[in-house]
Amino acid sequence: MSNTATTPATNSATAKQGRTVRFRILRCDGPGKPSYWSEFDVQPELNANVISCLKQIAEKPVMVDGKEVTPVVWDSGCLEEVCGACTMVINGKVRQSCTCLIDDYAPRDGDTITLEPMSKFPVVRDLWVDRERLFHNLKRVKAWVPIDNTYSLGPGPKESPESQQTHYKLSECMSCGCCLEACPQFTIEEDESKWNNAFIGAHAISQARLFNNHETGKQLKGERLDELAGPGGVADCGNAQNCVKVCPKEIPLTESIGAMGRATTIHKIASFFSGKK
Amino acid sequence: MEQKRVIVVGGGLAGLAAAIRIAEQDIPVDLFSMVPVKRSHSVCAQGGINAANDIAKQQGYSEYQHFDETIYGGDYLADQAPVLEMANFGPKIIDLLDRMGVPFNRTSEGYRQLRLFGGSLFKRTHFSGASTGQQLLYALDEQTRRYESEGKVTKYEFWEFLAPIIKDGKAVGIVAQDMRTMQTRSFKGDAVVMATGGCGLVFGKSTNSVICTGAAAARCYRHGVWYGNPEMIQVHPTAIPGADKCRLMSESARGEGGRVWVPKKAGDTRPGREIPEGERWYFLEERYPDYGNLVPRDIASREIFDVCVNDKMGVFGENQVYLDLTHKDREYLDNRLGAILEIYQKFVGEDPRENPMRIFPAVHYSMGGIWTTYTKGNYDPSQPHGMHNPGETPPIGTEMGLGMQLGAPNNMMTNIEGLYAFGEVNFAYHGATRLGANALLSCIFDGLYNGLSVANYVKNNGGIDAEQSLYDDAVKHEEDYSKSLIDTGSADATPETNPYTIANELGVEMTEASTVVKTGERLEKAEEKLAGLRDRFSRVRLGDAASWTNQSLSFTRATGDMLILAEAIIKGGIVRKESRGSHYRLDYPDRDDDNFMKTTVAKFEGNATRIDLHEIDTRLVKPRPRTYGKTDSKASEKKQETAAAS
Ligand SMILES: Cc1cc2nc3c(=O)[nH]c(=O)nc-3n(C[C@H](O)[C@H](O)[C@H](O)COP(=O)(O)OP(=O)(O)OC[C@H]3O[C@@H](n4cnc5c(N)ncnc54)[C@H](O)[C@@H]3O)c2cc1C
Ligand code: SF4
Ligand code: SF4
Ligand code: FES
Repeated sequence: MSNTATTPATNSATAKQGRTVRFRILRCDGPGKPSYWSEFDVQPELNANVISCLKQIAEKPVMVDGKEVTPVVWDSGCLEEVCGACTMVINGKVRQSCTCLIDDYAPRDGDTITLEPMSKFPVVRDLWVDRERLFHNLKRVKAWVPIDNTYSLGPGPKESPESQQTHYKLSECMSCGCCLEACPQFTIEEDESKWNNAFIGAHAISQARLFNNHETGKQLKGERLDELAGPGGVADCGNAQNCVKVCPKEIPLTESIGAMGRATTIHKIASFFSGKK
Repeated sequence: MEQKRVIVVGGGLAGLAAAIRIAEQDIPVDLFSMVPVKRSHSVCAQGGINAANDIAKQQGYSEYQHFDETIYGGDYLADQAPVLEMANFGPKIIDLLDRMGVPFNRTSEGYRQLRLFGGSLFKRTHFSGASTGQQLLYALDEQTRRYESEGKVTKYEFWEFLAPIIKDGKAVGIVAQDMRTMQTRSFKGDAVVMATGGCGLVFGKSTNSVICTGAAAARCYRHGVWYGNPEMIQVHPTAIPGADKCRLMSESARGEGGRVWVPKKAGDTRPGREIPEGERWYFLEERYPDYGNLVPRDIASREIFDVCVNDKMGVFGENQVYLDLTHKDREYLDNRLGAILEIYQKFVGEDPRENPMRIFPAVHYSMGGIWTTYTKGNYDPSQPHGMHNPGETPPIGTEMGLGMQLGAPNNMMTNIEGLYAFGEVNFAYHGATRLGANALLSCIFDGLYNGLSVANYVKNNGGIDAEQSLYDDAVKHEEDYSKSLIDTGSADATPETNPYTIANELGVEMTEASTVVKTGERLEKAEEKLAGLRDRFSRVRLGDAASWTNQSLSFTRATGDMLILAEAIIKGGIVRKESRGSHYRLDYPDRDDDNFMKTTVAKFEGNATRIDLHEIDTRLVKPRPRTYGKTDSKASEKKQETAAAS
């Protein structure tokens, strides 16, 4: 069984087994509390990643100065980069921690790995942040297909394989928030009442494109474009293109932003001439 | 009277499908999940979802054949009627998901693409790349968000279910805790649906997500809810062992042509791709000419185990075999299997399009789960059918209500009135082995089809008649328990009483004693080990006394619950003195229908597990030997003494 099985060769052949890796972790005991750094030494297991090291720390939360502290708090789920839960800032760059292999990040004895919570969302505790706003923004663009009901009414619309591939790519967004962390226009906002006017973010713009392209999803196209044309909409994007560089699912975010930018412009002109707005 | 409401615990495929179906009946739903529902474990499912379809049907397949395969695959342990209803309903589910916008792979003409999966000779698996579960979950998540924005569903994310509240054998609410603020409170509900998924973490490392502890099921179990076939745990043949979990390489890899082999020469040091065709041993294809690499999972896992552990033929002399896709075209692979090939590449650092993957079995799925009942449908043959062959006219049609009665209030209800179990936590559909791509089907079937039963139950029921003190006491009970755990912080830290150490030891013990090969002796040893772990747990020490976002508390409480579930798993295994599906007893290698074609029902009484055997519904199909056309009979004389000991 796998618990006892030896594992395939490690990722980078150069990594030294039995080495010690230092973790510098930015901690915070709760909202409104100050942040502080803690350091832990870990001897990573074979094929270790950041999560497996955090687990080792949880089991024995003793800092480098010998002081026992509370286990570090973090968020995770699938451990295979498909749920988006474990996103954090590692060595200054936002990414998923479950696919962050120690052999790549700290191959030598004494190497340091820095872990920080994402900065665009309020910290709950330590590395765990509250990303509710990210989901809220999906509501703003009505990111769903408005089906009539769940009764049996036959199949959905036919689709070409090319269109399916585009659709699938956009639909792989796991709401991790990397694109928001990297975006200069997306800033932290703890006041929920301001969410509807603050920048909506690349992920939601891309989802609007996904559903505007769907045969049935199209029915809400106008409402989605109204939202994207409003405050905090697509015009707030400064086109810095940071988002697309950090998206772990390689979603063509700038393409989506471009497409939605053009669509909102056309939509605004059309609404103007039809006297709707 | 207060507005009637339903509580759904769990926001995976089963919970979301239920929430949508119930909210659609204008009954408000309170939806609880430990993680934002979009991050539920269902997101991990890769390969696909089964249902009869037009093409397969024109080749001789049918809903009935799907039903027959599922029963045969499950080695005749499932009650048959619900499985029939599920197979008949399957195509409707695919159509609905299609309408919701799931990007199913397409043929050049624009129809839904199909792939081959284990336990069938027909292409009946619908898929969306190699992240089908993710795509299905997102579609349901989107619909739920729509209902949420219309105020019909209220989400409680990062809330942990702690206990059901039961009055006179009837569920009237739950106790839950906010994992951030640590506030514990009660919620009233006219019905409660448990859709909390599987329990892979009882085995330490598995293919499951980190929250799949089975604790929610165990908490129901502690409160008198029965648990069926706990010993039926599926070990998936192909996973990548890792430091923190075993990552699955979906069965779709074999469905798309992946071949399993080891070098003919034990300990061959050449890299896999350099070993010539003639020097490779394709042991599954050799032993099972009909199904080849697509035999059901328990069989493939045992064969891989046999080749590695007994014959010592594993790749590089280690416990691993090749899963080879290198003969396939790159573009084809990326289109069909991209997501999982990336997982392999990310974690192993080799390109599986160039090098055969090295894999080994890992704990994957729980067929066992909370025991549920149902109302039989209209189909009631005078005697059970024999084997159904492709192309034969099915004995019945596909209309609803043949297997189960549509909308009957007790469909998939537990032994507690008004308490339901849907999805992986429900024991109902998969018997002793689940066929690949049948889980997603059963989860959504539960939510949609049996969601109607929940709605009917609530509508016809007279409302909650329970005094406030019942709720307050339940909350107090949980608060006291939390406090007793938190207050241990001052005791000395020792591995003896460290919750993480206890959980690790539990995982290792369960994996060794109760997975691919079991023996009575080893299971009894595990029982002793569990008693020791429970004793240590009674002195457990938490390293965190914080009253804010205390993850250690949640984990520790779950560890205590996993110990209880583990006991049921082991005891079920001891009682079942036969081999059936995933449950392989070296000391009882044959299936024994006379004594054990029965459900093992675990009941928690007087602080301990008791196992009863319940009769099952076998009116529809007659049992036949489950051989999958194996060529030699070596199977029965498996020389697995060494295996059991290791
Ligand atoms: C890697 C992998 C690949 C798979 N591939 C396939 C496949 O291709 N085809 C197939 O058919 N099946 C597949 N399966 C199986 C299938 O994915 C699962 O059986 C199914 O997704 C379970 O769904 P569920 O809704 O029952 O539970 P889950 O998706 O596990 O959801 C459980 C929910 O319950 C919540 N919960 C749990 N405990 C609590 C608590 N105490 N309080 C509050 N909420 C709680 C969680 O937050 C979550 O929302 C796969 C499984 C794995 C592990
Ligand atoms: S392109 Fe727009 S959304 Fe992307 S990072 Fe730049 S400003 Fe943000
Ligand atoms: S678009 Fe990419 S980076 Fe942004 S949330 Fe989705 S997956 Fe994450
Ligand atoms: S834990 Fe799911 S993405 Fe890392």
